[in-house]
Amino acid sequence: MLHTINKSPFGHTTLEVCLKHAKRGSAVLLIEDGVYAATRGTAVSQWLQDAFARVSIYALKPDVEARGMQDRLMDGIKLVDYGGFVDLVVEHSAVQSWL
Amino acid sequence: MEVGGQGVVKKFMYVNRKAPHGTIYALESLEVVLIGAAFEQDVSLAFIDDGVYQLVKGQDTQALGVKNFSPTFRALEDYDVNKLYATREAMEARGLTADDFLVPVQVVSEGELAEIMETQDVILSF
Repeated sequence: MLHTINKSPFGHTTLEVCLKHAKRGSAVLLIEDGVYAATRGTAVSQWLQDAFARVSIYALKPDVEARGMQDRLMDGIKLVDYGGFVDLVVEHSAVQSWL
Repeated sequence: MEVGGQGVVKKFMYVNRKAPHGTIYALESLEVVLIGAAFEQDVSLAFIDDGVYQLVKGQDTQALGVKNFSPTFRALEDYDVNKLYATREAMEARGLTADDFLVPVQVVSEGELAEIMETQDVILSF
């Protein structure tokens, strides 16, 4: 399963709820304001630190760059471009777009 | 406000609590600030919650294909908009410091900002 998250982790429970429902081996792609969750030293960084062992975490590069977060990403976050987004969709059996 | 005479100057505060590109709020707020600046009012901007992300340096929207309006914050002083506040709590929760921002801001606590809000005549929330 590929999960996509497009909401900031601050003030939205979207990412938190998604991580509770993501099975081991699934992928989580952070897009739009969801990419803020991928940054170092925040109040929610630990959520993804804890998730790395179970799920693969990706972030959409154009959304990261638009928000000026390109130099603030945690180690372990995999960056993808739009082509990589498509590849992830094709590789997984289904996509769950959390809103 | 009087018409044709000496205008009354009111204190306007724009409260920004949304990240810059995921919604239209941030851009709309900045547009309204610039329009409002022409009326020579006493303007201040507050950045709280995800609003502090609007001020982050290094925003590059080329690949995303939307307007990068962040450099416009640097033009605010040309419109005599000099009072920018960001809350320490919002910055710390997001791992941000004043050095990460495009423009100088006054970093205040939420309690201090509450006091400043209390002195305003008009508050516009985005």
